[in-house]
Amino acid sequence: MKKELGIFILLIVLCAIVAAINPNFLLAINLQNLARQIGAFGIFSIGLGLVIITGGIELSVGSMMALLGVLMSMMLTEWKLGVIVAVVVCIGLAMSLGMIHGLLVTRVKMQPFIVTLCGLLFYRGLARFITKDETKGFGTVGGLDFLRFLANGNLFGIPMPFVLLILIAVVTWIVLHRSVYGRYLFATGKNSEAARYAGVNTRRIVTVAYVISGALTGVSGIVFAFYTNSVSPANHGNAYELYGIAAAVLGGCSLRGGEGSVIGIIIGAALLQVLRNLVNLLGIPSSLDFAVMGAVILLGVMADQIISARRNRRQLV
Amino acid sequence: MSGISKRFPGVVALENVSLSVHPGEIVALIGENGAGKSTLMKILGGVIEKDSGTIQLNGEQIELNSPAEAGSRHIEFIHQELSVLDNLDVAANIFLHREPTRAGWLKLIDRKILYTQADEILQRLGLEISSRTPLSNLSLAQQQLVEIARAISAGARVLIMDEPTSSLTLTETRRLMEIVRDLKADGVSIIYISHRLHEVEEIADRVVVLRDGRNAGELSRDDISHDRMVRAMVGRDLADFFLTKDRPAVTTEHDWFAVHGLSTLRYPNTTVSFAVGRGEILGLAGLVGAGRSEVARAISGVDPPLKGEVTLAGEMLWIESPQDAIERSIYLVPEDRRSAGLIVDATVRENISLPALQRYSRAGLVNLGKETVAAAHACKSMNIKTASYETKAAKLSGGNQQKLVLARWLALSPQVLIFDEPTRGIDVGSKSEIYAEIRRLAAEGVSVIVISSEMEEVLGISDRIAVMHEGKITGLLEREDFSEEAVMRLATGARSETPTVAGN
Repeated sequence: MKKELGIFILLIVLCAIVAAINPNFLLAINLQNLARQIGAFGIFSIGLGLVIITGGIELSVGSMMALLGVLMSMMLTEWKLGVIVAVVVCIGLAMSLGMIHGLLVTRVKMQPFIVTLCGLLFYRGLARFITKDETKGFGTVGGLDFLRFLANGNLFGIPMPFVLLILIAVVTWIVLHRSVYGRYLFATGKNSEAARYAGVNTRRIVTVAYVISGALTGVSGIVFAFYTNSVSPANHGNAYELYGIAAAVLGGCSLRGGEGSVIGIIIGAALLQVLRNLVNLLGIPSSLDFAVMGAVILLGVMADQIISARRNRRQLV
Repeated sequence: MSGISKRFPGVVALENVSLSVHPGEIVALIGENGAGKSTLMKILGGVIEKDSGTIQLNGEQIELNSPAEAGSRHIEFIHQELSVLDNLDVAANIFLHREPTRAGWLKLIDRKILYTQADEILQRLGLEISSRTPLSNLSLAQQQLVEIARAISAGARVLIMDEPTSSLTLTETRRLMEIVRDLKADGVSIIYISHRLHEVEEIADRVVVLRDGRNAGELSRDDISHDRMVRAMVGRDLADFFLTKDRPAVTTEHDWFAVHGLSTLRYPNTTVSFAVGRGEILGLAGLVGAGRSEVARAISGVDPPLKGEVTLAGEMLWIESPQDAIERSIYLVPEDRRSAGLIVDATVRENISLPALQRYSRAGLVNLGKETVAAAHACKSMNIKTASYETKAAKLSGGNQQKLVLARWLALSPQVLIFDEPTRGIDVGSKSEIYAEIRRLAAEGVSVIVISSEMEEVLGISDRIAVMHEGKITGLLEREDFSEEAVMRLATGARSETPTVAGN
């Protein structure tokens, strides 16, 4: 809880500073946009967080989103498949890719970094190849109202991606912090050998984490595709996995595994989007946005490290 | 060291403790786990700072604020857990931080001098290995000796050895003892921490006993005896803790749990067969590396066997994973409780419930209430001392950690329970509790297998002993044939002449 509280305070302070300098921050339209971004980025960040809790990593999120995005467009506009079929194929494919990653990690015992790095390269290449590097849109295909609503609509003024994030967060919170699976996930992440001795099917636990991450990437991939409304295979989703990893780490996940929480990940994702928003609102050149993000993450994690080291020392004395 | 005190939050670890050691003297420091031995030695090694008290070396008062400062005073610490780097070779380990260099400021490592000097030290220790051997090729015992070589090469005047023999076999231990005596003859002051009292009896010039963070007595050479040490350590009598040799045989159905023709990855070309009756305690003796742990891991599904049959109550079992074994109520208390037995970063409650989590949950969701009740019950029945059920297992003493591992299986009504070195590195109090528990389980009809390298233990607790050597069972001893010599003879490869041999 302490970790989440620290980052939450950072988030609030940051919002207050931005609001004080530029009151436009508090305009409904800005907050709505912000919430939409937090929703879309938060959904896959939670999945990535689960993988990080196993002690693994998932680098292929952005490329997978580009592949899913162009496939979504091609299924609807070129192959004239039904909307439901397209959604099912999209999420199903994402889950299958997650499962392949999981199996390569747990059965073939490959390092998660390598497996998903290859995924990052492969899916991006595949997306560019099947589209001949052309940007894909959704044209005038009918029946997409619901998907467009998911990405761009509001429910009682709250952007749908944010609503979706909350729903998913509630479910994953229960899974992670109250269910047998969640307990096994933390146990495996902390010490997979001891978990195995205790009878936990660690390979299945880890594989399922990659599958869940795939599913959430699929959901967020659909949201992003309809949010941008056109998918450029070379750029769509670029570096999104890094947003997810940064959100998870800021939110208290340890890259060594076994630590993290859903709430922390969401606060982490929110913080990153506030930072992007801040760059816009404070008139900082947008070319600096990555630099700002890097600096704030570095300072945040550094402060956390120093404070907790001091706390530990005080406990010893 | 005199008047040393150290407080941790909520605990007084050391209260006015004194200890002295002369040049060329071996002082054994004994006490139950949690008595403060390690804390005291960490202060001497400069790992942690004392709250009060003084440390003198050759009459000069010194301050030790870091291991480097202790090192510069030639105080060397050999830790219980190996602290060698197994990705480097022997010479690199011996000279770590003190590499001979050449070419001035470039500080290139002078490999010629490095290897010659390392070989000299190895020779002095009677280790017949090249200093170019990668450390990962060495046995545990050899690695331990490399640590000693490192301390000697650093010119140790005070040598602290924390449980140096806990993973060594009998012969290796004897070899180590000789080396310690040689060092003593060279005038090195040695502080020797051990739970193995017969070793202490053999080697110590003086014994200093700690209990609950205080000095609890000192025995000079003539007064050192097993009885007196135990009494000083626990403040009670031997009879409580020693194993009673005579125990009514309760074994029924001699083939209740049987293993036939089992091969493990480490010894693919040999097979092991044995049977354990209901209520029987079968000791599995042998030298380290004889393949005993491999058998235990095969039976419990951790490393499934290459081939072989396992039957329980006449029924053949398929064990491909720990889950399969656990489903049939076959449990393993593994050798290494910190890395395999427990998740030390998880709480006591989570550790107890982990294998039985399904029982405390409905529709996949954990019922915290039920789980806590189960943890409370387990802690009480095994007398586990912990501040709360939410305490991390890492904070418990070794003995309590081991009881925690046992407690989780007891909650699951075992049919077969396998202990791999059940009392390694734990205090005598916990030891006697674990022995009592093993006895009680057997009396209830559980088939128990105890793997142990401690002769006293294996002779004391077992109804029968199977001795292994290089992946084979070289003999089975009945209670009336038990003796240290008989076990050693079989463990070193001599075949049993009696027709009770079950291995082939």
